[in-house]
Amino acid sequence: MIMLEKRPQPSRVWSMATPLVAVLATMFFGGLLFMVLGKNPVEAIKTIFYEPLFGEFAFYYRPQLLVKGAPLVLIAIGLSLGFKAGIWNIGAEGQYIVGALVGAGVGLAFYPLEAWYVFPLMVIGGAFGGWAWAMIPALLKVRFGTNEILVSLMLVYVAEQFLASMSLGLMKNPDGFGFPGSRNLNDYASANSWISQDTGMHWGVVAAFIAVIFSYILLNRHMLGFHIRLTGEAPRAAKFAGVNPKRLVVFVLGMSGALAGLAGLFEVAGPSGQISLNFNVGYGFTAIIVAFLGRLHPVGILLAGGLMALTYIGGEIAQSNLGLPASAIQVFQGMLLFFLLAVDILTNYRLRLSAGKVA
Amino acid sequence: MTTPLLSLQGLTKAYPGVIANNNVSFDIGEGEVHALLGENGAGKSTLVKMIYGLVKPDSGQMLLKGEVFAPVEPRAARADGIAMVFQHFSLFDALNVAENIALGMEDPPDMRDLAAKIREVSENYGLPLDPYRTVGDLSAGERQRVEIIRCLLQDPKLLIMDEPTSVLTPQEVDILFETLLKLRSEGTSILYISHKLEEIRTLCDHATVLRLGENVGECTPADTTASEMAELMVGSELKTPERAAREMGEVALDISGLSVPSPSEFGTALRNVHLTVRKGEILGVGGVAGNGQDELLGVLSGETLTEADAVKMDGQPIGRLGPTERRRLGLLTAPEERLGHAAAPDMSLTENAMLTGSVREGLESRGFLKWGEAAAFAERIIEVFDVRTPGPENAARSLSGGNLQKFVVGREVLQRPEVLVINQPTWGVDASAASSIRQAILDLATGGAAVICISQDLDELMEISDSFAALNEGRLSAPRDASGLTVEEIGLMMGGAHGMEVAHV
Repeated sequence: MIMLEKRPQPSRVWSMATPLVAVLATMFFGGLLFMVLGKNPVEAIKTIFYEPLFGEFAFYYRPQLLVKGAPLVLIAIGLSLGFKAGIWNIGAEGQYIVGALVGAGVGLAFYPLEAWYVFPLMVIGGAFGGWAWAMIPALLKVRFGTNEILVSLMLVYVAEQFLASMSLGLMKNPDGFGFPGSRNLNDYASANSWISQDTGMHWGVVAAFIAVIFSYILLNRHMLGFHIRLTGEAPRAAKFAGVNPKRLVVFVLGMSGALAGLAGLFEVAGPSGQISLNFNVGYGFTAIIVAFLGRLHPVGILLAGGLMALTYIGGEIAQSNLGLPASAIQVFQGMLLFFLLAVDILTNYRLRLSAGKVA
Repeated sequence: MTTPLLSLQGLTKAYPGVIANNNVSFDIGEGEVHALLGENGAGKSTLVKMIYGLVKPDSGQMLLKGEVFAPVEPRAARADGIAMVFQHFSLFDALNVAENIALGMEDPPDMRDLAAKIREVSENYGLPLDPYRTVGDLSAGERQRVEIIRCLLQDPKLLIMDEPTSVLTPQEVDILFETLLKLRSEGTSILYISHKLEEIRTLCDHATVLRLGENVGECTPADTTASEMAELMVGSELKTPERAAREMGEVALDISGLSVPSPSEFGTALRNVHLTVRKGEILGVGGVAGNGQDELLGVLSGETLTEADAVKMDGQPIGRLGPTERRRLGLLTAPEERLGHAAAPDMSLTENAMLTGSVREGLESRGFLKWGEAAAFAERIIEVFDVRTPGPENAARSLSGGNLQKFVVGREVLQRPEVLVINQPTWGVDASAASSIRQAILDLATGGAAVICISQDLDELMEISDSFAALNEGRLSAPRDASGLTVEEIGLMMGGAHGMEVAHV
């Protein structure tokens, strides 16, 4: 019989090793899944993990890693602050959309003025949009005790309607021959987040790295970060230590909203280029997986974001080269979170094999 | 000699890193009240869990009326006539008495029959109880009655009681003892677990003393003095804390007309509480658990805010200040619940030292944390208060209850409080550590601090307090000089028998 025995304290080794074990288990069971679908499992796994980095067309895929990874890391860093405090913002996708809308709105309002301050104002607008969208669940929670999981999630769908209305109405490109979608910001030099399009570098990548460093310092060296962790570990002890729970809810939800909004802005001003009906591709939801895969640790999230971006790109290659269905790739990504949570138990418990005794 | 009811032979049980029971043997006779005596951590609980089928011994055996007895689960033990009243009640607040009892039965009878049966048994044993009352409205003593009646309905041969008097006023203890003596006269054996020596001397026929998991001696309590039993229990002579003569200064803390609604449905509201503590004074606050102790601590720590004037420190209104501002002023508190309230279980001792120490120990500057100094502060607590742990990087939950208590108390005492409020300072701590914690509290008062000590241990309060007040249903009795108070007077301050009837036997 396999027994679980609680460890006197969480194992450091396991807390580092579990993401690795989860990745390996996902590879194994994902391979099985691909085999059932009639594909060669080894080739499929190799296509997903190896091709984008070292394959024949890696020169094309590597910049894509930065493009896909940056918004994931940026959003996940914000989410991790809330998750650490036990505050569950599930609606980053909505904050991402609203951030992009407000940021792009600021840029489009200045069009065609070329000035150095246009982009910074857009950045502020993007952060503000995400922040304001996250304030809705935050204030409802603080004032009326509503559940932030439900409210933030529902607001994603509101934001999607808002996005559709904007790309068909107010922000529609006047020179766009009636097609839905805004002007392409890539054609507007002052409102462009690219640093170097060939390498995939844009200001969102820079922001993601800054967010990682900022979050690391906040969580490990600052009272506010300590209070965030304390609230997640033991809410009553946090209150005893002097934490104002309501202020903390407003801070972490606002922070995660602002970062998601920034991610949206950098995306719309760079890789995506315009507000359109299908602007959002689910970064806000995938970032939840990234946050947990990275163990809510800033550096872990950086690595997890890279890994997730890899499965995105590798998944696309596998779709086109091997004909794997897109949903199989999504199952594969879901497996990663599933295994991570399952293996996570080893951090706090150890397995013991014991002969089952019959009394 | 006749066959004993239950005979324990060489019971041994080890947990990783600790031997809870080592080769323990003793007999419990028919119709005997047998005391199991020992400090916290001596292995009493493990031993009774083996008898009750919750834990399986590694080796050794038990004989029930001469036959091998090895219960695999509590149900089997109950079927063989063993019943147990736990220290912590397992009752649902929102259900009534009869429903609670029905929940614990294998195959509960019709609710009306059960209610009639509960009435009959409760009257018989002098524990009157209305089967239709909601448990959430009952006092601790009445809840214990529910548990006892739940056991008596099974007609047990052996009743195990784990520290039953810790939740009772002295008057309620008397009622309980009447009931137990009646049970004994009917031939029921009782295994009575306690560390309160005087009650064992009045009640028990025989006592077995456990120390560090071993049976270190048996005695007849009536013929043995309390200090002899204490020495057996502790293994050495106990130092009683010294009280230095000290001067009382000005009023340091003043609560007047404080009323706070109950934070939850079954919590306790504070009603019109008045108290003052002077510098150098120790005010003991007694009372049965759940009568407003947690709520009073919350009001003082700043977790519960009140009107500004309701709480004053050195004449300044502080009712609206949060915990951090109060710490800055020198009002420090140590809550009862160690894990999850006073300390964060999965965080290291260093982080837990930061939890309350950041302001007064200067562990932060402009919001940035000085972890090196926090670790040094944690080291200092560990050293001064003799906390047994490999080092400050260990998680709070890896410490034993007593050691964590020493850490939590030490953390506040070492921050040189002007006013210290402490709830259950020695709860779950072994006797020698308890006496050093009490000494630290006394030394603090000698140094001029005002101390409010909330405790359910009356002996402790009498040992250290200058004045005494009791909480009863959220009301605080007027504080009185502690010297010269009798047990009866204290009991009445605590609410007497809470209107419970005495056994008519």
